Amino acid sequence: MKLLDVANALSLEVKSFKDGLQKDVTGAYVSDLLSDVMANSKQGNIWITLQTHLNIVAVASMKGLAGIVIVNGRQVQEEVLKRAEEEKMPIMVTQMPAFEIAGKLYRLLA
Amino acid sequence: MALNIEGTIEGSSQLIGGDFTTAGEASTLLKVKLTELGVAEDIIRRAAIATFEAEMNVVIYAAAGWLHYYISPQGIRIRIEDMGPGIADIGLAMQEGYSTAPDWVREMGWGAGMGLPNMKRNSDVFTIDSVVGEGTTVEMVINFP
Ligand SMILES: Nc1ncnc2c1ncn2[C@@H]1O[C@H](COP(=O)(O)OP(=O)(O)OP(=O)(O)O)[C@@H](O)[C@H]1O
Ligand SMILES: [Mg+2]
Repeated sequence: MKLLDVANALSLEVKSFKDGLQKDVTGAYVSDLLSDVMANSKQGNIWITLQTHLNIVAVASMKGLAGIVIVNGRQVQEEVLKRAEEEKMPIMVTQMPAFEIAGKLYRLLA
Repeated sequence: MALNIEGTIEGSSQLIGGDFTTAGEASTLLKVKLTELGVAEDIIRRAAIATFEAEMNVVIYAAAGWLHYYISPQGIRIRIEDMGPGIADIGLAMQEGYSTAPDWVREMGWGAGMGLPNMKRNSDVFTIDSVVGEGTTVEMVINFP
């Protein structure tokens, strides 16, 4: 499934790198610990997290993730979105908490 | 793409303690270089993960440091040396889950105590030397298949 289809189905608000929505999604990983994501996420995964600082962009791009979904409608600073644009990393925001968005995404991808 | 490496290709980046904004740049430079050279994607990914974890530890724990890389036809050698507090008990530091990261660093999601194990897992040879009060040197080798 393409990231675009996921974003549409779950009404994600796309905040950076819209061109990246053509990427294929291989699954998802939920974690707020950055080294855990470095260890256990897989290439092409969507990363669900509440972290919004600059380092999330580097983590996602080192791991070749499809995109980052920020939960609970958290604001993402302009500086972070700008970096994400440069690193070609889609950042999307949902109003849902991690449990809900993960559940919906699980059903969508299963 | 075929590997396009002759002799040894070297590069260095300076790392600045406490600078979370530029953290990741040194690893990205190495990643770009390896991509240019036609290195396989999974090898690049392992190098990027290991290097980024090492870079973050310098940013979090040390005052300053250097990253040096050496790419030869056989593989990649990465050395990260810092001027910092050093590590008193390396065996303990290598244990997954052990961390001395302060609360504000943990709030950012660092401090799971997984960085050093991640570096080790992603390299073929991993060595760490540290002198308390002076600094820490991590060296990692990733062989080409
Ligand atoms: N360069 C360094 N200088 C001083 N101490 C270090 C250095 N690197 C690691 N340490 C010590 O080793 C511990 C474990 O490091 P490790 O990278 O495995 O985990 P962490 O940095 O605490 O958390 P994570 O990497 O999961 O975000 C650190 O908490 C710190 O006490
Ligand atoms: Mg670490």
